[in-house]
Amino acid sequence: MKTALMLAGCVLAATPVLAGDKPVLTVYAPEYFTSEWGPGPAIEKGFEADCGCDLRFVAGDVLPRLLLEGEKTEADVAIGLNTDITARARATGLFAPHHQDLSRLTLPIAWADDTFLPFNWSEVAFVYDKTKLANPPKSFAELLDAPEGAFQIAIEDPRSSTAGLALLLWVKHIYGDKAGEAWAKLAPKVLTVTQDWSEAYGLFTEGEADMVLSFTTSPAYHRIAEQDDSKAAAIFPEGHYFYTELVAQLKTSDQPELAQKFMDYILSDGFQSMIATANWSYPAIEKPGFLPEGFATLPRPATTFFYTEAEAEALRAPALEEWRANFGK
Amino acid sequence: MIPAASAAVLVAALVLAPLGAVMIRAGGLSALTAADLEALRFTLWQASLSALFSCLLAIPLARALHRRRFPGRSLFIAALGAPFLLPTLVAVLGLLAIFGRRGLLNGALQALDLPGVSIYGPWGVVIGHLFLNLPLATRMVLQGWQAIPAERVRLALSLGLGPAEIARHLEARMLRAVLPGAFLAVFLVCLSSFAVALTLGGGPRASTIEVAIYQAFRFDADLGRAAALSLVQVALALVALAIASRLTLPAGFGAGLDRAQPLQLAPGLPHRLIDALILTAAAGFLLSPLAAIALRGLPALGSLPGQVWQAAFTSVWLALGAAALTMALALPLALAAPRRIWAEPAAMLPMAASSLVLGTGLFLIAQPFVAPTALALPVTLLTNAALSLPFAVRLLLPEVRALQADYDRLAESLNLRGLAPGCGSSPCPGLPARRALPRASRRPFRWAIWAPSRCSRMGAARPCRSPSIS
Repeated sequence: MKTALMLAGCVLAATPVLAGDKPVLTVYAPEYFTSEWGPGPAIEKGFEADCGCDLRFVAGDVLPRLLLEGEKTEADVAIGLNTDITARARATGLFAPHHQDLSRLTLPIAWADDTFLPFNWSEVAFVYDKTKLANPPKSFAELLDAPEGAFQIAIEDPRSSTAGLALLLWVKHIYGDKAGEAWAKLAPKVLTVTQDWSEAYGLFTEGEADMVLSFTTSPAYHRIAEQDDSKAAAIFPEGHYFYTELVAQLKTSDQPELAQKFMDYILSDGFQSMIATANWSYPAIEKPGFLPEGFATLPRPATTFFYTEAEAEALRAPALEEWRANFGK
Repeated sequence: MIPAASAAVLVAALVLAPLGAVMIRAGGLSALTAADLEALRFTLWQASLSALFSCLLAIPLARALHRRRFPGRSLFIAALGAPFLLPTLVAVLGLLAIFGRRGLLNGALQALDLPGVSIYGPWGVVIGHLFLNLPLATRMVLQGWQAIPAERVRLALSLGLGPAEIARHLEARMLRAVLPGAFLAVFLVCLSSFAVALTLGGGPRASTIEVAIYQAFRFDADLGRAAALSLVQVALALVALAIASRLTLPAGFGAGLDRAQPLQLAPGLPHRLIDALILTAAAGFLLSPLAAIALRGLPALGSLPGQVWQAAFTSVWLALGAAALTMALALPLALAAPRRIWAEPAAMLPMAASSLVLGTGLFLIAQPFVAPTALALPVTLLTNAALSLPFAVRLLLPEVRALQADYDRLAESLNLRGLAPGCGSSPCPGLPARRALPRASRRPFRWAIWAPSRCSRMGAARPCRSPSIS
């Protein structure tokens, strides 16, 4: 089918510097951010409460758009970037340091980046329905060695989805040179490979797939928003791959003070206490009371690992090729 | 010819200028990778098979629809348009409700202790495309059937020819005129398949060129490779077009008087039984996923947020504008096609363009002059009109060719000129326009209503978002 246009990229609200008498902070964000299910509305409300400004989200493919616009961009801040693109984002030279004290972060991994600031995190994991899958795999090895027909998984394509890319790196981290063999073993258990997370998750909630590649925090949504305790993430002793979303301010901003104020807001208690249920993930700074009941009791992996930007960038192309060659579907 | 030439230039510019802009920005083209070539192979495989099966199955289905009258027939034909208009993801979910692992079919097979069927894998892609495009091919072939002059059918019947002879003498020639175009249309639609190929394809072996373009943009930021892949798409489309027009033969039925078709076609129980079987099977395949979607969607209709209705209103007026513009472009191009070799390729070109490349290119072109956001609605309208153009022209073409074959010499001898817009000084009666326009103008209208819904999937809010941070 002829997919209609990527116009969305250029079809978004115009962005004046002043709205009435208030200065405007223009924030580029991914598409899902500004929908009523995304965290955008809560962030906008929280920041506008005392910035004396008008925060405007521009939704679209953040980095491709910044790459096209270069220094002429109207963006003051870019939010919702993923670790898989920080290397290229950094290379544009468009971003300015965030000036935050990173020792406050409570991430399971060390974070020392002075430009890209994590605002929430989770780990990729396989999510299943406890009422339908009586014997979920207890480790990644068990997942690969499961008998044929035990379960069918929906995963995301590493070429189009950041979750899919995280799985690629997860497998690479556990299996190293043997990643190809792992993919060959996983392939028969995979129902299908989807373009993005929402399609794969839809197949899972429809009952079409028994498991889905999602996040360790996904069950919290069902618990809290749907009062449904049947979904769980399979926690593997081999460890899980870290997944975070980032925010950065632009060097070319015409509202540098507001942009800095927004960066300060990201790590404030107001933002961090709200992000768990606004984006169904752990806050970057966890303090008592920041996680609601259903969230705090989620099982957590013992080990969480992460490739640095340079490592991930170097691994990406060969790992993709390895996946393509061994997945065999 | 001036309106036709302007329409061709406008459409070509709309497709090629963005491609050029992306190429210039990339500083040239990049080499294709091994994965790209594999995607190219799979794209050709699935598009050819999807088009082949759509056309093969469209023949008996269109024939049954043409020969039989039954309650709900026009509703059935109208519903045939629906799969084509659905957002792909919704169509896929409808298919899965019937053919998926937990679908009705596998449930029934399980109850009967029979082995289940899987809709995933390369053949799943073909089945998905068949669901989306069989209706399109059927409409085109049905139109061909209806265009056989009633006088020829009556003559055949009065000579005592049975269905087999009618098929040989009349229907085979009609199919030769209509099928290459129908094949081409389905082939081009499937050439840029994205979501169906990924969701039903099951993995990397089943990825299309459009997926490779997406990857080049999204992950590799390699505009040069995206442009190169897009050029390959355009080239494939032009080759397919050239082959299709070589294979198209004029039906050569001669002019008729537009009388009603005789209704006693293929009488006798066996023929009626076969047609009933075909119609039932088609209804099962095409309508049951639609019913599944409707059953799920209708109860939720009342709980939609207000912004959906506002968006629906925008879609409708955008569709009206796009439909008008499509017809303004399609009519001169279709009328010029039998005489001007460039007219048909120009009209089909928008189908070959990658939407990602188109959007990015337009963005690059607009950016130095004006905030691209200010042009959102006019550009959406223009591109929707361009995307509907191939379908409008495809539906008009057989009609135009037949009418020109039938009436051109008469018009010439009577020195009738310039009756229709787009004729210029060449002989070209207004008749084709007046006869062909009403039918063809329907599809672009639907298409245009449908297209903005696709935009919103690519761009703004995702339809179903819940728990994640991806």
